[in-house]
Amino acid sequence: MALRRFLNGNEALAEAVKLAGVEVVAAYPITPQSPVVEKIAEFISKGEMESEYIRVESEHAALAACYGAAVTGTRVFTATSSQGLAYMFEMLHYVSGSRMPVVMAVANRGMAAPWTIWADHQDSVSCRDTGWVQLYVENAQEALDTCLQAYKVGEDPQVLLPVMICLDGYTLSHTEEPVEVPEKEEVDAFLPPLRLPVALDVENPVVFCAGAGPELYTEFKYQQQQAMYAALLKLKEADAEFAARFGRSYGGTVEPYQCEDAAVILVTMGAVTGTAREVVDGLRACDQKVGLLKIKSFRPFPAQEIRDILSRAGAVAILERDCSYGYEGALCTEVKAALLGLDGPPKVYGFIGGLGGHDITREQITAIYRYCLEGVQPGYGTDHFLDVAGARDEN
Amino acid sequence: MPSATTKLPAGPHLPTPCFGATTGSWRTHRPVIDASLCNHCLLCWLYCPEGCIERGEKLKVNLDFCKGCGICAHECPRRAINMLEEA
Ligand code: SF4
Ligand code: SF4
Repeated sequence: MALRRFLNGNEALAEAVKLAGVEVVAAYPITPQSPVVEKIAEFISKGEMESEYIRVESEHAALAACYGAAVTGTRVFTATSSQGLAYMFEMLHYVSGSRMPVVMAVANRGMAAPWTIWADHQDSVSCRDTGWVQLYVENAQEALDTCLQAYKVGEDPQVLLPVMICLDGYTLSHTEEPVEVPEKEEVDAFLPPLRLPVALDVENPVVFCAGAGPELYTEFKYQQQQAMYAALLKLKEADAEFAARFGRSYGGTVEPYQCEDAAVILVTMGAVTGTAREVVDGLRACDQKVGLLKIKSFRPFPAQEIRDILSRAGAVAILERDCSYGYEGALCTEVKAALLGLDGPPKVYGFIGGLGGHDITREQITAIYRYCLEGVQPGYGTDHFLDVAGARDEN
Repeated sequence: MPSATTKLPAGPHLPTPCFGATTGSWRTHRPVIDASLCNHCLLCWLYCPEGCIERGEKLKVNLDFCKGCGICAHECPRRAINMLEEA
């Protein structure tokens, strides 16, 4: 029987890493990620987990060590946040270009400057184009479940891509919730041992990460893009199988809530989805036709599904914890692009909020729905920057 | 859509020479081993940074990858290796 325990997001991930039989962990501590690797180190020192824990001098080295370990065909894990993820940037491309199914947790934290340790999604969203599958989770249970699915999908022979599990710092990483921890045998049945098509083998030596001229470089990059599209399907399949075995489903790529007849749909990623769910319930109780679309997979981007779900709405509001400075929120751009060419497309409004740990309140989310329904503007400027003091003067 | 890449592995991991791409053309000087002076101490084999000295009855240089750095010639205690300018 699966055990229900009181765990925060970091601890839930550590449990998942243990259950997945990860053999090598290399990580460098950074707030708010540290507890996940501290917990793993504790498992190893107590003999509860048989893994190699490599202590490294930096995040760049952490991911490099994971890359080296992955090449031998072992299952690996690392975790980081914010500046640490930025420091890994070079290795992010090495790992994805080499098609190594490394799994990494990112306890999301804003990027300096100004220096902050609090949550937003700027760190991982800034790594959108590094060729990693990026999955955003809503709660600690989803973090655990997504970690198991991440190995399943990343290691699929048609995918072979690294996966980032993004969880809002503190809100998820440090907040305890009841979490169902599956049994090892159940997980083993879901997640077979890793079999890389090409792994380090002294009998059959190969050059890993060989150089390639322009033609072959393009071929490999095209292959990487095809693998991302394959991941879209595999994410759905893995979620369906997970649901059948464990009774929990997150849609794999997107998770619509009350969207069928919704006039206004709010689009979110990560922890704020939980708050938005409650707001939807409240507004539905007052006969307001509102819905919610959680984007779980930011890369690959499930454009077709998003288009199908949003096409029926009159208005769409995107609320995100990042900004592509000089334009708008990154998710907003993506959703708008997904809706291009629709006959009578919904109106789309972008909202940027929850930056550097700002809470996104129920009141703010309600105000966003009201704006879409009644046209009363919350936030500041055309990007609808929430929480900006100037907004009080404007409105 | 069928892809030309189906014959390639997932990720650029291949036996050498990879993709038919050799680096020997980068060389300006080639090492030539004088077998009559060589005593098979294998210091050249040990020092070559490219792993281009092939052991055997008679030593051979893999000219597909030898970059002509001259380390082998420099290390040879018998002065059995001469670096000749490529034509
Ligand atoms: S010249 Fe340099 S690369 Fe060529 S065989 Fe000698 S040591 Fe090796
Ligand atoms: S270092 Fe000189 S003597 Fe020794 S094996 Fe090489 S060529 Fe021969």
